[in-house]
Amino acid sequence: MANDVAPGETLISLRGVTKVFGEGSTAFFALKGIDIDITRGDFVAVMGPSGSGKSTAMNILGCLDVPTKGAYRFRGYHVENLERDQRALLRRRYLGFVFQGFNLLARTSALENVELPLVYRGEEKAKRREQAMAALEKVGLAEWWDHTPAELSGGQQQRVAIARAIVTHPEVLLADEPTGNLDTERSLEIMRLLTDLNRDNGITIVMVTHEAEMAAFAHTIIHFRDGLVESIEAKDSVGVKA
Amino acid sequence: MWATTFLLAVREIRRHLLRSFLTILGIVIGVWAVVTMVTLGNGATQAVKQQISALGSNVLQVRPGQGFGRGGGGPQPADFKIEDLDAIRVQIVGVVAVAPLVQSTGTAVYNAANWSTTVNGTNRDYFIAQPWTFTGGRRFTRAEEQAGKAVCIIGNTVRSRLFRGEDPLGKRFRIKNISCEIIGTLAAKGQGGFGNDQDDIVLMPYKAVQRRMTGNRNVRQIMVSVDEAYDTQRVQASLRDLLRERRHLNAEAEDDFNIFDTKQISDTLSGTTQILTSLLGAVAAVSLLVGGIGIMNIMLVSVTERTREIGIRLAIGAVAREVLLQFLVEAVTLSCLGGLLGLLLALVSTILLAPVLKVPFIFDIKINMLAFFFSAMIGVVFGYFPARRAASLNPIEALRHE
Repeated sequence: MANDVAPGETLISLRGVTKVFGEGSTAFFALKGIDIDITRGDFVAVMGPSGSGKSTAMNILGCLDVPTKGAYRFRGYHVENLERDQRALLRRRYLGFVFQGFNLLARTSALENVELPLVYRGEEKAKRREQAMAALEKVGLAEWWDHTPAELSGGQQQRVAIARAIVTHPEVLLADEPTGNLDTERSLEIMRLLTDLNRDNGITIVMVTHEAEMAAFAHTIIHFRDGLVESIEAKDSVGVKA
Repeated sequence: MWATTFLLAVREIRRHLLRSFLTILGIVIGVWAVVTMVTLGNGATQAVKQQISALGSNVLQVRPGQGFGRGGGGPQPADFKIEDLDAIRVQIVGVVAVAPLVQSTGTAVYNAANWSTTVNGTNRDYFIAQPWTFTGGRRFTRAEEQAGKAVCIIGNTVRSRLFRGEDPLGKRFRIKNISCEIIGTLAAKGQGGFGNDQDDIVLMPYKAVQRRMTGNRNVRQIMVSVDEAYDTQRVQASLRDLLRERRHLNAEAEDDFNIFDTKQISDTLSGTTQILTSLLGAVAAVSLLVGGIGIMNIMLVSVTERTREIGIRLAIGAVAREVLLQFLVEAVTLSCLGGLLGLLLALVSTILLAPVLKVPFIFDIKINMLAFFFSAMIGVVFGYFPARRAASLNPIEALRHE
């Protein structure tokens, strides 16, 4: 598979990315041509009011959607040219997702939820168990492996979701308002967990958030406004080149 | 990948046990109905065949009179003579055995027991034309037959009525005014096709019956056994010509005798029951189809209900084909489960129902396999559309779905 990217080098690069929904007079420009580079190992917070295009940008970064115009290079792949299934394989291999609403499978144990990405990778049952337990261990929920989401608190559910996202050792973790449904204490727990994953495991993290308090954990903060990148704020050396 | 897809399907079914059961109920009932109908229908066909073959396979039965019994009014047509049998044997090609039937009734007496029964006078050919098995003893010898000796072969009913536990072989009993030695005993055949007891019978050389019971040289009925290799219709036609000639019927006269072809009757009757079976099976198959629509219905509901789950799977990196396969396998697993349950129910109910309906229970592996295969196919056909809908969902919208 294409080009491994060393820490500190550019992993994600958006050039002139435009996204238009609808056609003609009803056309809506969600993104009006944005350029972003994210280096491997960075922790990026994406901020902006609703309707600023940050969710659309996240969907494109997550290979869930393609730009109408412009280029998205990820690890050397021209994602804008890939078919639906090819993008799915890219997600399977390199990306992990954490959502605001946790999005765990109901009536399914934590372990089985975490195992899910491994099922699609075709891992053996024993290996699946082992890796899923290791991921649960990392988020501090090993003893809760047989609990269903209904039996877990919001913070615990989000940690299970994070375990599911990291069980495949992804290069990038995309978190869409991961603390949006949690109180401050749980939110800080989640942020500390993400920080650890970024620092200890070298996982590149891109996180959408409203809250400045949470964005403060990131190394780089990108502000969106009206479908454009308003500002990029690099807090330290592992920054972003605009 | 198949194994994991199947695993996911089973997990999903287990998670919604009640709903899964209700989903497959249509298939269960459909398969149950089809297999039960066809199995019992086949049993009925078999029962008809057995009853007809008890009359002798490939046997032409010739009786005086038109149609069944002797028609009312007019002079009674004459019985046959033993010379007619000789003529048949000599002049008609394809005949294996020709047996006379000289019938009388009488009370049989042994010690204190007595039993009113039917006496059939016949010859050695009778045992070729009629499917009897012996539990002991032997047929008449040629000499006994020629001499019209008073030797008897008794059916199972007569045996049990007169002799109870005793071994009747070699014993003598009296019937009408004949003292008769028992030389053979017959295995039970059970009830005949017309509700008669086929085992309530005493067989004797026809000459003995003619001489000492009926008092004339008439033969009530002739049984002609036809070689399998010959066309029964042809043999029947030449038999008819011969008898017309011997009974001096001119060209305009109608037959004063009738020929009853057991094979033809058997084919007709079993054909009729088979048609009935197919009809019942077809009606039941419609319910199977309805069951399939039930599966599609629930699968569509399930896809809508699980939109978010599908979104999660797609986001995690499932390709469209895997989602399609998951739902398809789920539908097929459900319908196969329904098929199996239906087969099981059908097995139990046919085993229970067969004795009540007095038909033999025949396990037909073909109809069972067919019904199962059909239910699996229903899963594929009716599962495909919902599965395709699931696979073509947009992951972003699916994730946003409430």
